[in-house]
Amino acid sequence: MSQRNPAAASMSAGLFEGSTRTVRSLADEEIAISVESLDLYYGDAQALKNITMQIPKQRVTAFIGPSGCGKSTLLRCFNRMNDLVDSCRIEGAINLHGANIYDRKTDVAELRRQVGMVFQKPNPFPKTIYENVAYGLRLQGVNNKRVLDEVVERSIKAVGLWEEVKDRLQSNAFGLSGGQQQRLVIARAIAIEPEVILLDEPTSALDPISTAKIEELIEELKEQYTILIVTHNMQQAARVSDYTAYMYLGELIEYADTMHLFTNPREKATEDYITGRYG
Amino acid sequence: MREWWKSGAPWIWLNGGAVTISMIMVFGLLLLILVRGFGNFWPHPVLETQYMAPGADTPVRVVGELRRSEMLTGQAMREAGVEIPEDQLLVQRHLIKMGNRDVTGRDFGYFIDDFMEEWRYPEDMAVLERREWGDFFGKPLRLLEQGSTVAVGDALWPEFQQRLRRSNDLFDEIRSIERGAIGNVNFRIERVRLDRRRAELRGTLTAELEAELQQRRQALDAEYAVLEQRLNQLYAEAARDSIVMRAADGSEVTVRLADIVKAWQPNNMSVPAKLRFYVSDFFDFIFGYPREANTEGGIFPAIFGTVVMVLVMSIIVTPFGVLAAIYLREYAKQGALLKTIRISVYNLAGVPSIVFGVFGLGFFIYFLGGQIDQVFYPEALPAPTFGTPGLFWASLTLALLTLPVVIVSTEEGLARIPSTIREGSLALGATKGETLWKVVVPLATPAMMTGLILAIARAAGEVAPLMLVGVVKLAPTLPIDGNFPFIHLERKIMHMGFHIYDVGFQSPHAEAAEQLVYATALILVLLIVMLNLTAITIRNHLREKYRAESD
Repeated sequence: MSQRNPAAASMSAGLFEGSTRTVRSLADEEIAISVESLDLYYGDAQALKNITMQIPKQRVTAFIGPSGCGKSTLLRCFNRMNDLVDSCRIEGAINLHGANIYDRKTDVAELRRQVGMVFQKPNPFPKTIYENVAYGLRLQGVNNKRVLDEVVERSIKAVGLWEEVKDRLQSNAFGLSGGQQQRLVIARAIAIEPEVILLDEPTSALDPISTAKIEELIEELKEQYTILIVTHNMQQAARVSDYTAYMYLGELIEYADTMHLFTNPREKATEDYITGRYG
Repeated sequence: MREWWKSGAPWIWLNGGAVTISMIMVFGLLLLILVRGFGNFWPHPVLETQYMAPGADTPVRVVGELRRSEMLTGQAMREAGVEIPEDQLLVQRHLIKMGNRDVTGRDFGYFIDDFMEEWRYPEDMAVLERREWGDFFGKPLRLLEQGSTVAVGDALWPEFQQRLRRSNDLFDEIRSIERGAIGNVNFRIERVRLDRRRAELRGTLTAELEAELQQRRQALDAEYAVLEQRLNQLYAEAARDSIVMRAADGSEVTVRLADIVKAWQPNNMSVPAKLRFYVSDFFDFIFGYPREANTEGGIFPAIFGTVVMVLVMSIIVTPFGVLAAIYLREYAKQGALLKTIRISVYNLAGVPSIVFGVFGLGFFIYFLGGQIDQVFYPEALPAPTFGTPGLFWASLTLALLTLPVVIVSTEEGLARIPSTIREGSLALGATKGETLWKVVVPLATPAMMTGLILAIARAAGEVAPLMLVGVVKLAPTLPIDGNFPFIHLERKIMHMGFHIYDVGFQSPHAEAAEQLVYATALILVLLIVMLNLTAITIRNHLREKYRAESD
């Protein structure tokens, strides 16, 4: 281990003070997803350059970096959301269960059932709270009322929204507050029991209290799910994630255990960014 | 002045002025229609006076309703050949509705104020609205039953009203037999004929079938005979009473009660009685059938035809427009070709409507309709079924006319749906189609309703193309009735826009029709407002349901 960097240490001292966690190593983890030499182009412009990384199972992996660094683009590669962009072209592989998700034989709808996603702005459907959560199951052809009731209740309880909405499951989801909507959207995603959940800046449109609730929720969800989160907020990355990847201009600069990366970054660029000297 | 110019105030005045002028014109038009339209049903007093026309030896008695008074210059009157003093500058002229078209030959006349004696309003002056020959003005003298007097004087009018109610009840029964029962029998007789013809064409006309058809025909003929007998009986009963009236020229005229729709003595009516009369007259107008080449009676078939046509059009145009818009916006590859198609669609809205009418007649009716007749209705030929203008073709032509409006509105609605909602659905494993039908299209329904509202407003007011593709001056039957299959898409219909044109400009009694034109226009405006309000209510309900704000 290299010499502790004094600047980085002082910057992030508060973040890990009193923390009892130990520095983990990827070598000890069970790997959920592996990315191999991934290049992504929008037309002629290359947005991701030769990304190779391993995502550990049932851990929270955070992606940080300045705007336009490609972290959201990378996140959207995991459930092939980039397919919606006409000019987008991808080379390389992302392996889930040993199979490349960019293989021609992959059923994209099936992939997205395994890899759920939550977006920056809460996006409930114009339906009732109940139907929002049941949507994914109904798509799979589940229409049994008892099964749906059970899953809806379990999912909403899992995001800690049950007490707030149990009396108005049949009212419109737009009637909820922004924070409640975002938790509802997470409930909607876990209702179909994915293995991986992608969170694209899930708290950037929320107030601090709602943000705290979502962060608590992430902590609980990692017991069952592999979570990938993109965030602008470095404190958030430090608080919720086990591993952190720092990206810059489409390249993966550094990827390590969160505590290690914040207290003892290997690269000068990472250190500049986390200490606020970036730019 | 320069300061004022630079401050931008002239612009504000110009813009404000444009708005004001538009508003004045629109409200002026509505007010005119409203006043004239609603005024038609008020029981106007009937005046009586002596008129000494210039150059005449004896005065004539004039009885009638004042329709309009106007001031003319003496010069103009003199040039028209009316002898009035040289020094008179202004002349007042009255248009009086005198009725009694069958007695005097003319029911409207202009009278110059200077030659009229004082106007009197005799209380016993009565107006009879007749089924033929228009209104009759005169004083009731005697009430006759089978030719012998049963009531005179004060007892006459109440007795007359009572017997008129009986006569009208009889008439209603006659009408219901003629339109309902006999219409139904005729419809079934025609079916027997068509069944026979069809079997003949297919070569399956066996002696057995022939006998069965014959039997059916005989049963229907028997049914018809019974109805006819009943009808004759009713006619005989209705002919029982008549009333003798004294017309303006002093002659006695006998009017059968069976020929009278309603009768009133306007000079003798209190305001509440007039109000009651007004309301009932208004209802008769809306729910009645037209008489006398549409210049009298009600406009029910026209209202009914307009509504049914607009509804059928909505049923056709909505799915077509919505599906086309979804394809253009969601599936088609955006490029030069799509841009051309889109511009073409938008420009369809600017094509003169008569062009659509000609297209509808040529393609829909003669080509499509002709083919349909040959394939599905060969037994009815040479009489066309769908190969002639009718409700379905009128609706289809209007659907084509309003298609661009629905497409444009729907496309705009789809474009406004935030991409985050689509992504949310896709991220849950929905396919593009599932996302579209379960999330995007429901959100775009208010926009589709907006398109439909515009389409309805346009279609209900359209006249020119309809004259070619299915609207007629007088339709013998309504497009919906009790005979299977209940909705008769091939039938010709009446339409309010065309009714206005026909009554106002094609009718032999222009003076009598003028009021009806206003009243019909009023009902048409009210109808469109009602159709639109319904659609707007539905749209607002949908908007409320899909409200996108989070707080």
